[in-house]
Amino acid sequence: MAILSGKTKAALLGPLNKDNPVIVQVLGICSALAVTAKLEPAIVMAIAVTVVVALANVIISLLRKLIPTRVRMIVQLMVAATLVAIVSELLKAYAFDVNRQLSVFVGLIVSNCILMGRMEAFALGNGPWPSFLDGIGNGLGYGWILVVLGFVRELFGSGTLLGYQIIPQIFYDAGYQNNGFMSLAPMAILLTGVIIWIHRARNKDLQETE
Amino acid sequence: MEEKAMNRESNVYTILFSAIMVVIFALGLSLIHQTLRPKQIQNENVDTMRQILRSLNIEASAAEAEAKYAELIKNAYLIAPDGSKVVGTEGTQYYDRAFSAISRRDAAGLPVFEANVNGNTIFILPMRGAGMWAPIWGYLAVNADGNTIFGATFDHTSETPGLGDAIATQAFGERYIGKRLFQNGAFTSVSVVKPGASSLRGEDYVDGVSGGTITSRSVGVMMYQSIGAYENFLMNLQR
Repeated sequence: MAILSGKTKAALLGPLNKDNPVIVQVLGICSALAVTAKLEPAIVMAIAVTVVVALANVIISLLRKLIPTRVRMIVQLMVAATLVAIVSELLKAYAFDVNRQLSVFVGLIVSNCILMGRMEAFALGNGPWPSFLDGIGNGLGYGWILVVLGFVRELFGSGTLLGYQIIPQIFYDAGYQNNGFMSLAPMAILLTGVIIWIHRARNKDLQETE
Repeated sequence: MEEKAMNRESNVYTILFSAIMVVIFALGLSLIHQTLRPKQIQNENVDTMRQILRSLNIEASAAEAEAKYAELIKNAYLIAPDGSKVVGTEGTQYYDRAFSAISRRDAAGLPVFEANVNGNTIFILPMRGAGMWAPIWGYLAVNADGNTIFGATFDHTSETPGLGDAIATQAFGERYIGKRLFQNGAFTSVSVVKPGASSLRGEDYVDGVSGGTITSRSVGVMMYQSIGAYENFLMNLQR
């Protein structure tokens, strides 16, 4: 038995491209805009969401035959909230500074649509292993968009990457200025739009036919 | 597996399932919290020490903060509203009353930390206030003249990322160095103004952070109120 059969492979790799939660399904946009002014919080957020979605998917998948249909959303929410609380507790104990940087956004993972979406759409109907891969795939699919946004916004908004000065002083002396608009949320949504545009232009099958 | 041993959609099953799940998750969470709590408190205390050091314009890593704090902070105590030291409250350790009064109001008085930097005595006064979304706080280091600012640092729980959260940067704290809290013998505090503007009543001022108007204003209000409570203490130093 192959570790990655066709279906599990699709669960893992699909969200990176044609099933991307952010640029195809347009989920998790709010946090994608909010944490991407700098690259580092974007990376940490990407990791945190990946871990939480993967674990939440596994738990829901293991419980899928026991959960009463009427309360399934509440159960999903409880699993999500508990996992996020645990991540937050762990960060406070072992990565205090990172936790302070992410501030409110760790708590906001609970309300990330990707999390609820994957539990509802995938984990309730699939086994733990495919669900785990689906969670990892969607977390990474969300993550790479965040990293691209964070990279572009920090580089052109602050002239730095991960806090290190990238654009040399000579440029500033010659009259170059950081684009403050890059640091604001509206630019994040414009950049997301540009990514969606490029992605759809390259994948004709994603375009609606008239 | 016994097929359909219990109807999954019945009310009894739903209620039982929910109750059991809640108990299991709550127990697990509180267990994790209890296990990690000592480590978290330790982190918080070290972080407070780092912030106190930051007000002295010293950036210490988490690993070296405790040693540096022990080296520079010579005394800590509570003061009464008239500015006098409250007897029996001295001690710089995190379990002493001055340290715990930073995060929890102590009815006996306000905390003061005394540092010795290059032979000069510096007084560090904690500040607490309301930011745009949640609490903000900071530490103001005042020279022995009780008037000029030696250094300042600010922090927050959840000011707007990329905008108001800039109050926590070193660059913002450094704007306070050398500013005076008193003008002509009266406490005026230091206001935070829009870059390019000047203060209304002739007090010293610093530029706010761009895009963080409400947070900037909150910093000004916090300093006026928190340091205002130390007015008599600072006046006594000036005499």
